Amino acid sequence: MNHQFSPAALAAQIQSVGVDIEGVNLSYGSNHVLKDVNLAIKPGEFFAFLGPSGCGKTTLLRLIAGFNTAQRGEVRIGGRDISVLPPHRRDVGMVFQSYALWPHMTVRRNVAFGLEERRVPRAEIERRVDAALDLVGLRHLADRRPSQLSGGQQQRVALARTIVIEPKVLLLDEPLSNLDAKLRVQMRQELLSLQRKLGLTTIFVTHDQEEANTICDRIAVMEDGKVQQVGTPQDLYDHPANLFVAGFLGTANVLDGAVRDDGAGRRVFVGSGVTPVALPPSAGADAAGKLMFRPQNLIIRPDGGPPAPGHARLTGTIRHREFLGASIRYAVDVGGQLVQVDAPHQAGDALLAPDAPIVLDLAADKARLLRP
Amino acid sequence: MTSLALTRDRIARVRPGPALAALLIAAFLLLFLVVPVVQVIFVAFQDKTTGAFTLVNFADFFRNDLFMRSFANSFYVSAMSVVVASLLALPLAYLTMRFEFRGAVLIQSLGIIPLIMPPFIGAVAMQLLFGRNGSVNLLLRDHFGVSIPFMEGLNGVIFVQSIHYFPFILINLSASLKNIDRAMEESAQNLGCHGFRLFRRIVFPLAMPGYVAGASLVFIKVFDDLGTPLLLNVNDMLAPQAYLRISSIGIADPMGYVISVVLIACSLLALWVSALAMRGKDYATVQRGGGGLAKRRLKPLELVAAYAVVLLILVLVLAPHVGLGLLSFATIWSFSPVPDAFTLKHYQTVFTESGQYITNTLLYASLAALLDVVIGTAIAYLVLRTKLPGRQWLDYIAMAALAVPGVVLGIGYLRSFYGVPMPFTGQPLSNFWLILVFALAIRRLPYALRACTAALQQVSSSLEEAAENLGATKLRTVGRIVVPLMSGGILAGFVTSFATAAVELSATIMLVHSQSDAPLAYGLYVYMQSAAGRGPGAALGVFAVVIVGLGTYLSHVVIERGRRERGQDH
Repeated sequence: MNHQFSPAALAAQIQSVGVDIEGVNLSYGSNHVLKDVNLAIKPGEFFAFLGPSGCGKTTLLRLIAGFNTAQRGEVRIGGRDISVLPPHRRDVGMVFQSYALWPHMTVRRNVAFGLEERRVPRAEIERRVDAALDLVGLRHLADRRPSQLSGGQQQRVALARTIVIEPKVLLLDEPLSNLDAKLRVQMRQELLSLQRKLGLTTIFVTHDQEEANTICDRIAVMEDGKVQQVGTPQDLYDHPANLFVAGFLGTANVLDGAVRDDGAGRRVFVGSGVTPVALPPSAGADAAGKLMFRPQNLIIRPDGGPPAPGHARLTGTIRHREFLGASIRYAVDVGGQLVQVDAPHQAGDALLAPDAPIVLDLAADKARLLRP
Repeated sequence: MTSLALTRDRIARVRPGPALAALLIAAFLLLFLVVPVVQVIFVAFQDKTTGAFTLVNFADFFRNDLFMRSFANSFYVSAMSVVVASLLALPLAYLTMRFEFRGAVLIQSLGIIPLIMPPFIGAVAMQLLFGRNGSVNLLLRDHFGVSIPFMEGLNGVIFVQSIHYFPFILINLSASLKNIDRAMEESAQNLGCHGFRLFRRIVFPLAMPGYVAGASLVFIKVFDDLGTPLLLNVNDMLAPQAYLRISSIGIADPMGYVISVVLIACSLLALWVSALAMRGKDYATVQRGGGGLAKRRLKPLELVAAYAVVLLILVLVLAPHVGLGLLSFATIWSFSPVPDAFTLKHYQTVFTESGQYITNTLLYASLAALLDVVIGTAIAYLVLRTKLPGRQWLDYIAMAALAVPGVVLGIGYLRSFYGVPMPFTGQPLSNFWLILVFALAIRRLPYALRACTAALQQVSSSLEEAAENLGATKLRTVGRIVVPLMSGGILAGFVTSFATAAVELSATIMLVHSQSDAPLAYGLYVYMQSAAGRGPGAALGVFAVVIVGLGTYLSHVVIERGRRERGQDH
């Protein structure tokens, strides 16, 4: 037996495989929960399903683990279709939102469970359990009951219990949601370094964009049972494919507009209070659309001078303001539509008063035209 | 694609293991609950000779003076038992819920002590204490020249039953009072309501569902009970009439079946009334934090009155136990307040003559309880964890046993299995002792099923999914995760079933064929038929009380331990 049972050896045992989800449709009665989902997750990737509650992200995760059955489509792990396999033969490790540690077993028994079910020899079980507990730094608590551990420790046990069986894929169902804010930040870094160490393809379900942004290589944003967009965190934030993605990741200003060519090139005409916005050549040829930009894309022009080159001009009235510390967020009424503006703040800066007129510049190349 | 989808759906929905288990349980319920009861109903509507459908049997029933009197008596006794039990339970519930009262522990034990003695066991002892020539009336006559007819005729049944069954009202009423949020009361006070108006308009309506639930349970229990009237020699009630018709005239006589149908109908009616009272009234209003009504300290005079009430009820509740204990040690106890002398010979008699009764009881009750928890766990799992079509019906049918009086089940078994000869011996199947075990199991199944269902509901399904995810099959998951986590609830269900099956008389008395197969409850009934048998009968009764008491205590310990362990998880 060439097992070394050290954490490093555990990592060496794991061969990264990809997960392919093709044409998956799932309904509960007339409730269509997953609508033609297609995803290709690369070997060794840390991948997130991100979306609001009820978007189908947990259903999709449970489908991979075998706790749901799709009416159509297939899930392949390392190229092999696992759709008809029962959960216990899938070799995908899942960490549950509630951790699901068995209260009638000690930490050691919990971690050993999966190996016992695989009929691994007793001595080898002991060594591999020790190695997994070392990996999460909990070997000294092996004989405790789960109820005697803190939330963060329980989480680590759940993780050890899952990775000890050397699964092909690691599934994490909102693993940080039951931890307090400080521990959450710490645990997500630990998760990331563990994942990198093991090279284990990992799928992470969350509704928290910050969690997904900070640790995941790529994110699939889901809404209404459909994958809205797949990409790196930066990609999704800077180039959202649609209004939902724009609004779900960060704050988005959205203005109705129409695209016309008035001789000065193709430009977006929004309405009163906004000068036409020049479009980059790459923008589509749609006749109508929504103009989307971030609050930090606007620059306040106290002097009210002519707009800088490549900038559109917005004029309006401040409705209210929120003091956020590093910046001040103003809500500005521009021709009847509300626009959020972030102004960086330094000590001593004067705040603008509500109901005061305000002049803003928008860098045209930062704005995006999205289909309604 | 479509065909693949279909097979996948089928894989997800019907697995052979659960389907097989469901079929076995369904067959058991069908054979030992549905068929006998349907048989009874069927025969009641059948002409005795031709077998054609007829209502003549019911016409005969309603024209017969004895039956009509029995019907009226059963109704009167049940209703009066509810009234007397309410009189006992109301002050106790109010005391614990409303006041800072040190006697609360005492009241809690008051809620348990009566239940550990089956009413028919205490009946004879109560006659010796409260009967016309019992201790109390002898003393009253000597000192005051009066006597009170506690035990005369129907009074005796009412007295014994209400002392036994009032805890049902006490427990339910206390629970619903405890579930009233203090804010309900405070907001009424804030809006200007106080005193008795507050009680009448807010507290009483909120506690009503709990009271009705308890009261209807008492009504059904008393209406269906066979043992107590039989031992008190009150035969003009429905259950005894059903028993006497079948045992004296035979299983062909339709009257026993007609009475059975009336008994079932009245049980269903009482259950329906209670369901009606509960519908849409889930009044558990406790938000988070402290529940229950505001408590205040008792003034000194009130305190004295409170203790007087509690002690009086305690004396009444302990009377059958004390009486039974005295009787089991008494040489002769007749026309005197206490026995003439004491002896151990009754216990000796019981041990030498009647060891068979005790071993039979232990065997039957443990087999029945085992059957109950196995079936109860299986049904709970099928209902809560599988998508098997029709799984809910297993639960409904098992629970329907609640509405079937023991005497009816006994009659149904006789009718259904008397004509079936056993292999080899050729004896009727209904004489086989295992049939008695099945009857006991069916009778206690609803309680065990509820205990198992509650236990499984406590187990989060993600604990099972985690096991499957780590490579355990469904069956292994049930064995290693589900059953161990349910074990507390299963054990509590087993002990409760065991303890109550051990003293069941209604169905037993119909089905016992020979002394050697008889359990303790039957032996007790036989002993109590003669004056000489009273002593050994009482000794046997003490055994019964010890068995039930131990069982109750054990299940209490188990439940408490489970609650503590769960408490640590948070």
